Amino acid sequence: MSFIWSLVLFWGLVALALLGVTGAGLESLFGIWIPYAAVGIFIGGVIARVVGWARSPVPFRITTTCGQQKSLPFIRHARLDNPASGLGAAMRMALEVLAFRSLFRNTKAHLTEDKRLVYGSEKYLWAGALAFHWAFLVILVRHYRFFSEPVPAVIGWLQGLDGFFEVGLPVIYATDVVILAALAYLLGRRLLDARLRYFSLAADYFPLFLLLGVAGSGVLLRYVWKTDITRVKELAVGLASFSPVLPEGLGATFYVHLFLVCALLAYFPFSKLTHMAGVFLSPTRNLANSNRARRHINPWNPPVIGHTYAEWEEEFRDKLKAAGIPLDRE
Amino acid sequence: MTEKTREELLQIDFTPPATSWMDPHIDFEARRGSWSYPGAPKNLRYMGFPNPREWSPTDADWKLPPNWKEIIFEGMRDLLSKFRSFKVFMDICVRCGACADKCHFYLGSGDPKNMPVLRAELLRSVYRKDFTTAGKILGSLAGGRELTLEVIKEWFYYFYQCTECRRCSVFCPYGIDTAEITMMARELLNLVGININWAVEPIANCHRTGNHLGIQPHTFKDNIEFLMDELEEVTGVRVEPSINRKGAEILFVVPSADYFADPGIYTFMGYLLLFHQLGLDYTLSAYASEGGNFGLFTSHETIKKLNYKIYHEAKRLGVKWILGGECGHMWRVLHQYMDTMNGPADFLEVPKSPITGTVFSHAASTRTVHICEFTADLIRHGKVKLDPSRNDHWRVTFHDSCNPARALGLFEEPRYILKSVCRSFYEMPENTIREQTFCCAGGAGLGNDENMEARLRGGFPRANAVQYVRDRYGVNLMSCICAIDRATLTTLVEYWAPEVKVSGVHELVGNALVVDGEKDRTTDLRGQPLAGREEGNADV
Repeated sequence: MSFIWSLVLFWGLVALALLGVTGAGLESLFGIWIPYAAVGIFIGGVIARVVGWARSPVPFRITTTCGQQKSLPFIRHARLDNPASGLGAAMRMALEVLAFRSLFRNTKAHLTEDKRLVYGSEKYLWAGALAFHWAFLVILVRHYRFFSEPVPAVIGWLQGLDGFFEVGLPVIYATDVVILAALAYLLGRRLLDARLRYFSLAADYFPLFLLLGVAGSGVLLRYVWKTDITRVKELAVGLASFSPVLPEGLGATFYVHLFLVCALLAYFPFSKLTHMAGVFLSPTRNLANSNRARRHINPWNPPVIGHTYAEWEEEFRDKLKAAGIPLDRE
Repeated sequence: MTEKTREELLQIDFTPPATSWMDPHIDFEARRGSWSYPGAPKNLRYMGFPNPREWSPTDADWKLPPNWKEIIFEGMRDLLSKFRSFKVFMDICVRCGACADKCHFYLGSGDPKNMPVLRAELLRSVYRKDFTTAGKILGSLAGGRELTLEVIKEWFYYFYQCTECRRCSVFCPYGIDTAEITMMARELLNLVGININWAVEPIANCHRTGNHLGIQPHTFKDNIEFLMDELEEVTGVRVEPSINRKGAEILFVVPSADYFADPGIYTFMGYLLLFHQLGLDYTLSAYASEGGNFGLFTSHETIKKLNYKIYHEAKRLGVKWILGGECGHMWRVLHQYMDTMNGPADFLEVPKSPITGTVFSHAASTRTVHICEFTADLIRHGKVKLDPSRNDHWRVTFHDSCNPARALGLFEEPRYILKSVCRSFYEMPENTIREQTFCCAGGAGLGNDENMEARLRGGFPRANAVQYVRDRYGVNLMSCICAIDRATLTTLVEYWAPEVKVSGVHELVGNALVVDGEKDRTTDLRGQPLAGREEGNADV
């Protein structure tokens, strides 16, 4: 059900863009104003999210330790999985963000016929997620060429690397293939694995559709219904320099692509996609396990005291005396 | 014991049901054996907890205050503003499913709401409905769910079917910690008087007498003397610990089960025999007579309240530092909460072993050292004489307890000790030890008899790994550093792997330790004959 709803919503967005530019002639709305609004919502929304999280303090240092603690000199300390310093925690975080280290641990439990639980390595999710995120990043960076004149050399190199295999004309980018394959895998596992399907929400399918739509329309623009990239660049440079111009003949596919990107940006801060920012604030990962070495301060530490010794002694005075346990007040 | 056989329990169906998880209904009558009895009103009253009353989960009316919904929402707002963890964990889960088959309760029951992702969604759905823009507008389409009485009942069932073991948080790409979510949910439930007696009775006891079991000071002393009698019988050595002695160098704090019940008592004998041999200047306290802290399973305020006595007593007695015994969740509290809540411990000194001179700089602020760190250091410096052959009747494996594993990373110290004090040591499979260790399924207040089916199911992944080393290497002893483990694993292996016994690490230290003036030992601390020395035991 949630799958159907998100699919309907997705195609609704596609139709909206198509009708808007081909039927209603709202090119300036879809080419200029919606993109500005979407970027505004994205930036403002993400900032609001991060500020919202940051406004709540971290009262306790609740690091999840995944390796040997730093204790005695003769015991080898796991610096990355159980960092003892801020630097160690930063390195752990970097591996988490750049290489999805925790996901790399993933296993699959299986109960055999003779009732033994066995655990197999399960790296597909890790590989699929990593492939998607890195391909997405490279594609994003590649798009910078539309916004700058001259195109920085770095972008050129990246493009060259991405098209390294020199297959097809125009050259097929490896990331285009990877992102579509990875997204198809991420969607496929949600649909085919009964367990995953059981707890997946519309909010899990919808961003996948959006991303598939963005990547798919982008691929169409490059390889099939080719768009005039000089005009696209004209629009992009205009938008980026806050003096927007609307070139003629960008084509409906381009507007669909752009509108889906806008939808993704505007949806981002209100969705699970905020994990991009949130992961940096996760207290089980971004804190060093230095609890016993350095005191962690809780800003709202309540003034609670327990049952004091004096009260306790008073209550058990006779019994303490009879047992010969020393008293503070005889 | 549960009436179900092992074969019956193992008919685990991992196929999710046809109905949506958003339906909260639970038939408590049909699920007897998988929930714990509610907190008795006298205990709630003693602690000043809200809404003390007689009630049962099987009742239609749980007798909540009329404004229960408001209380829960207000509580959520409060917790969201106090804990970044809660806020972030409510917002960023992508439901990738990496955690799904990491929970022992899920693996043992197949109940989809035991998947950590869904356990969190039970709370998250309510959060979305009432605390997020998308949820307010789109409702269930955005994964939002109305907070109803049925939802509260469902929370009770599932948040008291999580042992806060944190195994899922190891695998989560964002480090989402279900223990933290469960702690928040339990804190909310407590606001309207929903809790379990196995958590609130120890709390009330601990607040009053100083320990969870409600042992009063004279009985504390008697128990210890009795244990020292037993120890003398085995070793021929009289050990005389001091209680509430001012001016001792070290305050030694243990979980109360260690001086109360089998098999923890043998570990207790091991500690004290070691200290005796070292001539350590330490004292026990009948007031700070509990290291464990069931507040961790109830609310942050309760953690602080119960933990208060440890620093308070250390200060009163004028000790230099604190040594802590073998206990799992006690060590999560001592390590991650105590200093923040009840510190700074500036009246103590940075711990230094009086025997080896080692400065425990990793405990420079809390000034509290784990007994395994202390003993591993002793062994490393050759300060104790050990005869590991006295443990030859044991083929040993080590169970990493959840909290020392995933809140401290105390992996090598106990292993170093075990390998020094016994000669047959075997690890369980790698996906079931260290940071991936499986819970005993009886922690977080769930180790009671009425909850037995859930415990046996949840304990199956642990027990299954024990069966493996039993069958492969003939392992007959599972050693661990947690008092709850010693109590609950014993029940667990009795059911799943009856040939295996459970012990603490320092019980085996006590067996192997060569003590000045001891007699020729023919039995271990349990009074069982030592391997190859049975003939000497003929008179027993």
